[in-house]
Amino acid sequence: MTLTEPWRVLAFLVGIIAFVALNAAYLVWLERKVAGHIQGRIGPKEVGPFGLLQPLADGIKLMSKQLLVPKGVDPLLFKVAPLLVLVPAVMSFVTIPFGENLVARNIDIGLLMIFAFASVNVMGLLLGGWGSNNKYAVISAARAVSQNVAYEIPMLITVVTMIMLTSTMNLNEMVIQQGGGILNWHFFANPLMPFAFLIFFVCALAETNRAPFDLGEAESELIAGFHTEYSGMGFGVFFMGEYANIIIGCSLAVILFLGGWQSPFEFLSDQGLWGVFWFLAKVYFLIFCVMWIRWTYPRTTLWGLLNLSWKILIPISLLILLLTGAMIKVWPLITGAS
Amino acid sequence: MNDLARSPNQETFVLNLGPQHPATHGVLRVKLTMDGEYIVDAEPVLGYVHRMHEKMGENRTWVQFMPNTARLDYLGALSYNHGYVKVVEQAMGLEVPERAEYLRVITVELNRIASHLLWFGAFVLDLGGFTPLLYAFDDREHILDLLESVTGSRLTFCYYRFGGLCNDVDDDFLTGTRAFIKRLRKRLPDYHNLVTKNIILINRLKDVGVLSAEMCRKYGATGPVLRGSGVDYDVRKNEPYSVYPELDFEVPVYSEGDSMARYMVRMDEIDQCLRIVEQALDKLPEGPVMAEKVPKILKPAAGDYYGAVEAARGTFGIRIVSDGTNIPYRMKLRSPTFSNLSLYGEASRGLLLPDALALMGSLDLVIPEIDR
Amino acid sequence: MSGYFKELFGGTKSLFVGLGITFKYMIKPVVTVQYPHETLVMPPRFRGHIELVGDEETGAPKCVVCGMCQKACPTNCITLTGEKPEGGKKKVLTGYILNFTTCSLCGLCVESCKFDAITFSRDYNLAGPRKDAYIFDLKKRLEEKSG
Ligand code: SF4
Ligand code: SF4
Repeated sequence: MTLTEPWRVLAFLVGIIAFVALNAAYLVWLERKVAGHIQGRIGPKEVGPFGLLQPLADGIKLMSKQLLVPKGVDPLLFKVAPLLVLVPAVMSFVTIPFGENLVARNIDIGLLMIFAFASVNVMGLLLGGWGSNNKYAVISAARAVSQNVAYEIPMLITVVTMIMLTSTMNLNEMVIQQGGGILNWHFFANPLMPFAFLIFFVCALAETNRAPFDLGEAESELIAGFHTEYSGMGFGVFFMGEYANIIIGCSLAVILFLGGWQSPFEFLSDQGLWGVFWFLAKVYFLIFCVMWIRWTYPRTTLWGLLNLSWKILIPISLLILLLTGAMIKVWPLITGAS
Repeated sequence: MNDLARSPNQETFVLNLGPQHPATHGVLRVKLTMDGEYIVDAEPVLGYVHRMHEKMGENRTWVQFMPNTARLDYLGALSYNHGYVKVVEQAMGLEVPERAEYLRVITVELNRIASHLLWFGAFVLDLGGFTPLLYAFDDREHILDLLESVTGSRLTFCYYRFGGLCNDVDDDFLTGTRAFIKRLRKRLPDYHNLVTKNIILINRLKDVGVLSAEMCRKYGATGPVLRGSGVDYDVRKNEPYSVYPELDFEVPVYSEGDSMARYMVRMDEIDQCLRIVEQALDKLPEGPVMAEKVPKILKPAAGDYYGAVEAARGTFGIRIVSDGTNIPYRMKLRSPTFSNLSLYGEASRGLLLPDALALMGSLDLVIPEIDR
Repeated sequence: MSGYFKELFGGTKSLFVGLGITFKYMIKPVVTVQYPHETLVMPPRFRGHIELVGDEETGAPKCVVCGMCQKACPTNCITLTGEKPEGGKKKVLTGYILNFTTCSLCGLCVESCKFDAITFSRDYNLAGPRKDAYIFDLKKRLEEKSG
């Protein structure tokens, strides 16, 4: 491509925002379809063929609704909070490689940047809950924070393992290392990796407040949690942020473990748009799993969540870190390679 | 009680759970005094759907009160129908034909399964799992179809009459019921694999909201709540009525007293109900479904009568006082969930909010029956 | 320690079993009826609101205005009027109003009628914006039906 740098970034930005908005809309549709079929129903079907225009109708409904600002809220926090959830998520897409050359900014610390932005997300929940002047929202905000703190640790430990394995924080680089067929994916790099993947995936679920870790918006306990008081697009932006975060989480899992845009078999091309295809196929598969999980399990409690994090995920991820480190250092000694 | 919740001088706040809250399934309001997420005090506030059924009973004839009994516990209406016809028949000294009694048992037990299935779904929904609700509704829908084909309605049945039933059943109902028993037996393992054995659910219910047998007795809790606390009490066994003595079934009892025990009692009860229905179908005699000499205008001899049945949620007792006219003098209903709810204040103290909601779900509340 | 791993293993297994079950149901055909497009026929005993029965030949209501149904109704939702036509012996129904808003669908009225003059409708598609849409003039309905 011959675009100059500022134009390139602009083009990517517009593309990413469109991608996020479209995805948020159609993931809701997909979620409703998946939920429907899991439960023996059909899901949306009235608006357009297969209900495909349903997201459009929902969008129009949300946008045409009045943005209520209830009495007693902190107006600034109340209005900023949804953006604080959405914007970092959109920013994170800047470093995600959709294809070999399809990345907005191929920076060397891409992974770090995503985690930096991910921790802003929780601020949005906290401020939204706090600013709403609603007891349910405050409880939910407190839950969301403790949950995020607890889950960032095992997630980061797993990520450190991956960094050790790949010795880079550049996401595109990581993907390139996994070229050459399914067996070269990091998922199969050593016998511990499937567990690392599982831990990463569980943490990603918890980070994005998805069931069974949706304590923040536990509808049977806290009505709608931090977005109880939001109406219209205020709620809509929270929603988009949630789905954007899910896409980010799943993309990261794909990049770290499942070979990013690489095709699973060498005889299948991953050049150009094929790369995008493979990448999105894997991401959507993981997103489907996320939905599948949501519609299968009951919700955990905060205790259950912290127990899982501190008693299971952290020790095991530490163990994986140690063993992987040992393997990287000791294996070459044994086999005599340099 | 957890030490955290005991810290002195800490600020508490009041959280109004309901009257419109997703977990109260209706219009119950619980005033929670909370310290963080710990419950310091819980006070159920009743009366949002009070319809003065008892007073209504004093203003209409004995027959005309029938539809009211179906509107107490709309999920297990037939048990309440049964309780009412039973006590009036007792007062009138009416003999009910055997076929009618068997059909009463079959329909009541089907209704009990439907009620437990709905509870199962709603309970898991309280715990955040959405899907089991729809599976349970699918099965429940089959029961409702069966009951609709004989009674004409799906929820607020009004099927029994003093001295029998208003309609006999047809063969379609009998074969349909047998088919349903087969179907549910096939599906129950799925329920257990999906929900009962799920580690998340077990962690949420085990040792949560423990009710001692003593506490249950103190507040008069009955039904699965009492049986989940290790007390083997079931009106069908302890004060047998109808044709229950001729049927072979067990009363599931769990001694742990936690939410899981109450869950297990109800799930096991579904199995037992299926057994009862199956036996009753096998033994179903031929004959009339209505007693012969039922007077047109009912005038029970003056007196004071009490009868109780085992409803899906516990003992439903009904006391009627007749002054010998065709209009009841006094009608007193003892509804099980009212007593079951009254222990909530004490039992939920010191629990975390989600655990308290798990406890509330495990009590299986039906608000119109509490408020009457 | 072994208990820890046992629980971990058992727990994880239970989660995967759960996923298996929801997947099984996902690929099964749906069980719902797509309501406004497909409708179910109610069983013969379905108790909808009541409807007057017309005479098979004349189409005139079979009701003899004895008032039993009105008396049997627990919620007084039946109002009927009748008059003796000049020279006629029997009373003729002039109006039969059902206040469906308070009807509890108990069926006592139908049971009390010894002339089989009322029956249950099998119509369940009842929804309307106003309360007075449910004050049914059953006589008029019957006349409309018999054309
Ligand atoms: S069904 Fe019952 S409530 Fe309705 S009109 Fe007939 S008697 Fe009255
Ligand atoms: S009981 Fe039958 S015949 Fe008598 S008034 Fe009512 S509908 Fe008419």
